[in-house]
Amino acid sequence: MTALKPTPQEKFEKVFSRGYAYLVLAFLLAPLLIIVPLSFNAEPYFTFTPKMLSLNPDGYSLRWYQDIINNPQWGEAIVNSLIIAIASTALATILGTLAAVGLARSNLPFRDLIMALLISPLVVPIVIAAAGMYFFYSSVGLAQTHLGLILAHTTLGVPFVVITMTATLSGFDRNLIKAALSLGADPMTAFFRVTLPLVAPGMISGALFAFAASFDEVVTVLFIGGPEQRTIPKQMWSGIREQISPTILAVATLLIIFSSLLLLAVELLRRRNLPLGQAQR
Amino acid sequence: MAAETLSEQYKRSGKSGRRAAFLLVLPLLAFLTITFFLPIFNMLNRSIDDPTIDRLLPRAAESLRAWNGKGRPPFGAIAALADDLARAQSLGTVGQIATRLNFERAGMRSLIMKTAREAKTFAPPYAQAFNAVDLQWSDPEVWGVIRHASATRTSSYYIAAMDQTRKADGTMVPRAEEEQVYILMLQRTLWVALLVTVLCFVLGYPLAYFISQQSDRTRNLLLILVLLPFWTSLLVRTTSWIALLQTNGIVNDALAFVGGDGARLELIHNMTGTLIAMTHILLPFMILPTYSVMLSVPPALTRAAVSLGATPWTAFWRVYFPMTLPGAAAGGLLVFILALGYYITPALVGGRTGQLISNMIQFHMQTSLNWGLAAALGGILLACVTVLYIIYARAIGLNRLRLG
Repeated sequence: MTALKPTPQEKFEKVFSRGYAYLVLAFLLAPLLIIVPLSFNAEPYFTFTPKMLSLNPDGYSLRWYQDIINNPQWGEAIVNSLIIAIASTALATILGTLAAVGLARSNLPFRDLIMALLISPLVVPIVIAAAGMYFFYSSVGLAQTHLGLILAHTTLGVPFVVITMTATLSGFDRNLIKAALSLGADPMTAFFRVTLPLVAPGMISGALFAFAASFDEVVTVLFIGGPEQRTIPKQMWSGIREQISPTILAVATLLIIFSSLLLLAVELLRRRNLPLGQAQR
Repeated sequence: MAAETLSEQYKRSGKSGRRAAFLLVLPLLAFLTITFFLPIFNMLNRSIDDPTIDRLLPRAAESLRAWNGKGRPPFGAIAALADDLARAQSLGTVGQIATRLNFERAGMRSLIMKTAREAKTFAPPYAQAFNAVDLQWSDPEVWGVIRHASATRTSSYYIAAMDQTRKADGTMVPRAEEEQVYILMLQRTLWVALLVTVLCFVLGYPLAYFISQQSDRTRNLLLILVLLPFWTSLLVRTTSWIALLQTNGIVNDALAFVGGDGARLELIHNMTGTLIAMTHILLPFMILPTYSVMLSVPPALTRAAVSLGATPWTAFWRVYFPMTLPGAAAGGLLVFILALGYYITPALVGGRTGQLISNMIQFHMQTSLNWGLAAALGGILLACVTVLYIIYARAIGLNRLRLG
């Protein structure tokens, strides 16, 4: 079979579609790519100085990174963000995985309704959720506490775990467990040696999503957090609104590196997941 | 004991299976009910349930409720209000009363504060005593405001959210034009959500198509490039747009370099900034579902169309496009739903003209402290989102919701 030679018009369309696609990609990536060199600016500006453009080493410095280390508020924010994100991820993963296992059973009554409810924190406007939580956590004395924020972030992280785990379990073949049992494994062994290794990648992906969601969450922190609950996003928020300093750009660069690592982890897990034969994406 | 028949065993295992499945879901359902559903319900309830006046002006509330709102208020109600105000003054609750009534009608705060200070000295005839403090009390509309606020079930917040106001006899009139903000805000939010959805489609569909046409290797690389902004902190991306778009930012410096200082554009702290940043943040939600549907369309179909005489354009438009529409619709609906509730981006880059309804809710929650109105606006927004979410679940299915 010989391929048809493309006509000039088809060639033009091909070039055009390629050019347009790369433009859209540039739009998607520009904000991330710009911020990295800007964070090494020697001057307190949000734009490239002539020295930077001429690649003069004097135009670049690490002073804004130095700033992060010297300012105890950022250190405190990093610790708070990690505590809240790790704790809420653990809770969300446990609750979400249990629920996903239940949802995977076809005999669960009102399955669609329950699924819709469990995913709803993802679509309910965050301001409404945060306002409700503000009154609730104030009334039970959990406003302005770490525990309050951990619970709030668990609520917001749960949909990610439920979605990812439901997708993983829908590709899970229960005959594998039966096979293990028929070959003499006891149920515990079957669970730890067969089920868990197969669903673990999905579970970790869901957990990473929940972690990223908590790590980037600012609205509930603004509503129910107090001065003790300064997190990275809250620190950035006030930085953007009040005294905008290039330190924020340095933090942003570190966060970009961090989220790239999370993304790579999820992608590698997805590859590992492939042999399960589930439809990807 | 008789042995169980097979069908009995089957029934029993089905029942216990259902119970086991439910028990697995129960912890999360209970957790969300306590930390999410009930708090939101209680918050929204504040829009229709407001006992402030009934609690703080009990006798006046009771006798004003018995009045039909026409003509002059009954003498008993006037005397009761004098009494209640004097007591409120000594209990220190006048501030709450004044704030609550001021939500209904501007100017009530100072009127109540002023009158309450004198209320202790009031003696019959009370009507004259009120008028002596301020002649506004001779206007039945002022009494009508207190009468409406005295009901514990109130529709006043929804009326305010619809830019209406109520006269003493209960008829509705639109607010003065310069006070009409909420309908405008709702329209603007819907309009921005629609515009962002269209922009995401125009940018996202061709890119998704392009990626789906590449070899496996390139495809994976390009997808990671799409997912990278998706994973990057929202605040980071917003900060970056500020650096790019501000008056002395990179885009404007480039424009000034080409066209002189006159070429600088106002790209941020207005509606343009909101639109650009929101489109950027929501674009991956459009690309990913569209792309995954495109992968499932067999290329043989368009080839068949072309071999049957269709032009490439016809083959695309009549065969390929309809088959990929479910993906684009799924992405578009999700983008629209998420855009409706956007708060952070408009707050940071929207300036005065780029604020959306969520920002208004936040303002009434934390600045004006008019929680009833915040709840009413939240109720309207949540109703819109819920309807669209049900449509999504029914038409597209929640199983199709994938994250990257």
